[in-house]
Amino acid sequence: MADTQRDQGSAVGGFSILALFRRPETGAAAGFILIFLFFGYFGWERNFLTALGSSTWLNFASKVGIIAIPIGFLMIAGELDISVGALIPAGGIVLAMSVELFGMNIWLGVLVGLLVAGLIGYVNGMLVTRTNVPSLIVTLATLFVVAGLNAYASKQLAGTTQHSLQDVGAVSEFVLGDYHSLVLGSDENRITIFRSLQSSFFIWIVFAIACFYILHVAPWGNWIFAMGGDEESARNAGIPTNRLKIALFMLSAMAAALVGMTEAVLANTASTTTQFGMIFNTIICVVVGGVLLTGGFGTVAGTIFGTLTFGIVFQGINFTTFDKDLNLLFIGALLLVAVLMNDTFRNLATSASTTRKK
Amino acid sequence: MPDNATVLEMRGVDKSFGPIDVLHEISLKVNEGEVLCLLGDNGAGKSTLIKTLSGVHQPTRGEMLMDGKPVNFVRPKDAQDMGIATVHQFGGTYPLMSIGRNFFAGAEPTRGWGPFKVFDRRKANAIAVEQVRKFGITGIDDGDRLVGGLSGGERQSLAIARAVYFGARVLILDEPTAALGVKQAAHVLRIVNEAKRRGLAVVFITHQVMHAMAVGDHFTVLIRGAIAADFRKGEKTREEIADLMAGGESMADLEADIEGYMETHEGHPPPPVH
Repeated sequence: MADTQRDQGSAVGGFSILALFRRPETGAAAGFILIFLFFGYFGWERNFLTALGSSTWLNFASKVGIIAIPIGFLMIAGELDISVGALIPAGGIVLAMSVELFGMNIWLGVLVGLLVAGLIGYVNGMLVTRTNVPSLIVTLATLFVVAGLNAYASKQLAGTTQHSLQDVGAVSEFVLGDYHSLVLGSDENRITIFRSLQSSFFIWIVFAIACFYILHVAPWGNWIFAMGGDEESARNAGIPTNRLKIALFMLSAMAAALVGMTEAVLANTASTTTQFGMIFNTIICVVVGGVLLTGGFGTVAGTIFGTLTFGIVFQGINFTTFDKDLNLLFIGALLLVAVLMNDTFRNLATSASTTRKK
Repeated sequence: MPDNATVLEMRGVDKSFGPIDVLHEISLKVNEGEVLCLLGDNGAGKSTLIKTLSGVHQPTRGEMLMDGKPVNFVRPKDAQDMGIATVHQFGGTYPLMSIGRNFFAGAEPTRGWGPFKVFDRRKANAIAVEQVRKFGITGIDDGDRLVGGLSGGERQSLAIARAVYFGARVLILDEPTAALGVKQAAHVLRIVNEAKRRGLAVVFITHQVMHAMAVGDHFTVLIRGAIAADFRKGEKTREEIADLMAGGESMADLEADIEGYMETHEGHPPPPVH
């Protein structure tokens, strides 16, 4: 795509740096580089930068990341979804029960899992658009409703809250839940490109590309930004805000269920335990990634940088000599610093261009 | 002045919300190439009237005509499809989106085929900048600029240029100058004049008489949901209009009262009445 911004960068000396600052993901990228260097330095002795070390935080980041991108979409649109905490186990147990209890093909089970999640997302979206109750409250309610359903349905149907899910096929294992390594060359001079990366990491990459297309390339992205910027104006401009919002809730619910399914296939078990931690993790990733909590601003790339940063901070402390008890303190500090930094960059983005002299 | 062709007309429109009557017997005409100023104090029913014109509300009684034919707007979209565009106080713009993206929100130009459509940023930016500049906003030359960095007047202008570009025939401007400084307001008034010159029918809602006098051809004063006065340019003075808007309470009398009070109270103004 031809880029007028870049054209100007080459024409007017020094303007390219300004153009870089105007990109909304700059703050998140800068934060990621800083954190990476910090842990790269302090974790050098303990193999933070090796292929296996990287996999530790990349695997963790991928699971948060798959959910964080659609949560980011919702936040750009001015909404929140915290019901994902219950949808992760829901995806896992629906898949496990479909396969083990009802003898379905695994792919059919995945489809059922996504359908169930899509239905819950649809209910979320309908409740938010029809009642005008804030989505925080609506999804808080569905979080508990779904958590309750998870436990109840498990007990009633299978008599347990811990489901086993046997390996059912090489392809499904490979795609959904396995460890992958890529080593080039033979014994003497081999290069490890990556080692022990879970399938979810590759799903994250594919999903991120698809989401990047939706938000930044396709015309719908404009609708999401407009809806978060000023919903009434967006509706007046002919954007189907209600349908769009419902679709976004369905997307976040299905993404969460997908993560639950990859975990179930990888671990060969699925549990009904609600993952409250993931609710905060996803929101932190999105906010660190520069998405504006009140809507109207954010990027997929920013969210990915935010997730990577969060993954490093969350897992990276194990590679350093710092006391592990400081982990949460680090995350809290990261969140504050990131928000302040993103605010600064955002102000630059709106004001820098007005003071530009021709 | 010869009457231009009437684009939009209301005939005896009433609007009630349950037992509360908000508009009574409103009849008005919006002509091509003219500015109809809708004046009224807060709560006079201006908002309800424009919402009825733009299809947000449906009249309880009475009829609306477009080009002489009765129309019934069920949704705002119906009114938009007929070429009625409403620009609200803050212009319906999105501060954290670029000018190009703002301009085409909801009607994005695309490249590509089938389901793989691509938002044509370059085209969007070029058209947006060109259209805004045509309205005399020469300060805008980069479609990637975020709208949040524009002044209030520029944002209004962007919204008006957008409406005109998308084929508006009737432009409803809801207090476009209310939140603006003197210079910015003058800017917007020039753009209203430009829209008029291009043959659009403009409904200009305001409670600032000076702004109305500057661009209006036709004036309608609303008081408590009814038309209190309806006159053409030059038929009434500024003081008369202000008095009308204040509900018949003469501003001149009020001034005299205050002066009288100040004379007997060592130059202090009277305490505010609550």
